[in-house]
Amino acid sequence: MIRRAITDLVLVGPAALAIVIFIFLPAIVVILLAFTDYQFGSSTANWIGVDNFTSLFGSKIGRKALTNTLIYAGIVIPASVGLGLLVAIGLHHLTTSLPKASNILRAIYFLPVSATLVAMAVSWQMLLHPSLGLINNWLSILGIAPQQWLSNRDLVLYTLAVIGIWQSVGYNMVLFLAGLAAIPKTLYDAAEVDGVTGGWSRFWVVTWPMLGPITMFVIIVTAANAFRVFESVAAMTKGGPAFASDTIVYAIYREGFVYFKAGYASAITVIFFIALLLLTALQIALVERKVHYR
Amino acid sequence: MKPNTIIILGLLAIGAALVLLPFVWLISVSFKPHAEIFTTNVTLLPHQITLTNYWKALTQTDIPRYLLNGVIVTGSILILQLAVTVPCSYAMAHRNFPGRSLLFGGVVAALLVPFHVTAIPIFIGLAEVKLLNSYTALILPFAATAFGLFLLRQAFAQIPSDIIDAARVDGMSEMVIAWRIGFPLCAPTVIAFSIFSVTAHWNDLFWPLIATTDPSLATPPRGILFFRDEESGDDVGPLMAGAALITAPLVIGFLLAQKRFIQGLANTGLKK
Repeated sequence: MIRRAITDLVLVGPAALAIVIFIFLPAIVVILLAFTDYQFGSSTANWIGVDNFTSLFGSKIGRKALTNTLIYAGIVIPASVGLGLLVAIGLHHLTTSLPKASNILRAIYFLPVSATLVAMAVSWQMLLHPSLGLINNWLSILGIAPQQWLSNRDLVLYTLAVIGIWQSVGYNMVLFLAGLAAIPKTLYDAAEVDGVTGGWSRFWVVTWPMLGPITMFVIIVTAANAFRVFESVAAMTKGGPAFASDTIVYAIYREGFVYFKAGYASAITVIFFIALLLLTALQIALVERKVHYR
Repeated sequence: MKPNTIIILGLLAIGAALVLLPFVWLISVSFKPHAEIFTTNVTLLPHQITLTNYWKALTQTDIPRYLLNGVIVTGSILILQLAVTVPCSYAMAHRNFPGRSLLFGGVVAALLVPFHVTAIPIFIGLAEVKLLNSYTALILPFAATAFGLFLLRQAFAQIPSDIIDAARVDGMSEMVIAWRIGFPLCAPTVIAFSIFSVTAHWNDLFWPLIATTDPSLATPPRGILFFRDEESGDDVGPLMAGAALITAPLVIGFLLAQKRFIQGLANTGLKK
């Protein structure tokens, strides 16, 4: 009996301990810290109730980080999911007629997913450079005035959103390709017998309904990743100019680890955590519904 | 070829060219001589190709150090994760012990907690034990991987219990069964998880930015930002060469093992 318990402990103990120390305990501590004025390095912390939350929602800068993240996600989610679906449908169409070209194109679209985003941000920064960059040079050939892509406060968030789309389309494409491959060919045959022959009607009658569950999954995964946007902000704009590209996770980093306001940064973390939990709850609810339909 | 196919191919090729643009630009500028970079007459491809930028990046900057740190940190994280995760996943799949379902419930719950949420308390804890600014700080917090535990438990559960029982009859210890029988049988999942882990930690900026301030400990993404912020704007060529060197291992790995990468980075998420 004791031997058995020791074996269990040796097998399971380290992983269980790691989860408690590095996941559960910190998650509880961060929630508690959110209600204090704790600062890194200070020896005391006072309970201040919801003050951190009121100053987050009450301050211009705090609200800016939240709305920026929502605007960013509001652009990236539909564009990245829509483009991912279009590319997947196109590639799926080519797999039978041009398998080689289809494979090469798929690899190209997936390339940004495996690349190091910070290194690619260095390239994007140079591409978007006001005077030495390629984009403004090409635009000037077309007679369009050069833009300050990363330092114009009306433009910077949209520039980051385009880079976010560039980075995530390939991921969504792969998920949609798996979904498309899973649709049984017999369904298309049956639809044809029923008189559904055109490409578009085939899509609306068979493809789209069959992709429903995977589309929900793709939307939720894209949303979760969009809410986490950090690397491109930290590497290219540091939230600027004038907080125009500040986002939730960047605000956690800045308030917590640049200004050392651990309590306030914890409050931002809690809001971020709640948003992600709501997304997961939505996902579970949708999966449940799908199961009930069967 | 049907006209439809040609139109689709054309549109996809235009999209692919846009996706490739930052990659082409990165490589192109990294091979451009200084005078071609600092001109208002910018061209996509270099007129003259030079290796000076790579030579500078490799000999006069800390890029090699950052690459080495990347190998040390991502390698250690992966080894630590597997060492902790494999025995536990085996036990969750093939042993009955008190608290098993509680543990599995805990793993699923831990899946919901992104690393960003735990960063502040882990930082405080590491500061308390004076471990900030060390390799340990970069590696140790990732010993806990709910994703790895979940993925490997599912894979271990696929192994028929007959095989496990036969090994027990042969007198193998449980730890030996987990590593010598279970681990090889779960190879596809282990590889997918390894690719996921290495990619995530090679590319991570958030935690290295927080846990270390010492440039000699910088991982590749942290390091390239040190380099960029130090150079006065005159070393764009070596900077781009450095960025290319930093992203090259993963991009080359992906091009050589596309199926495995796609499985590791995207399709493992499908099973979640």
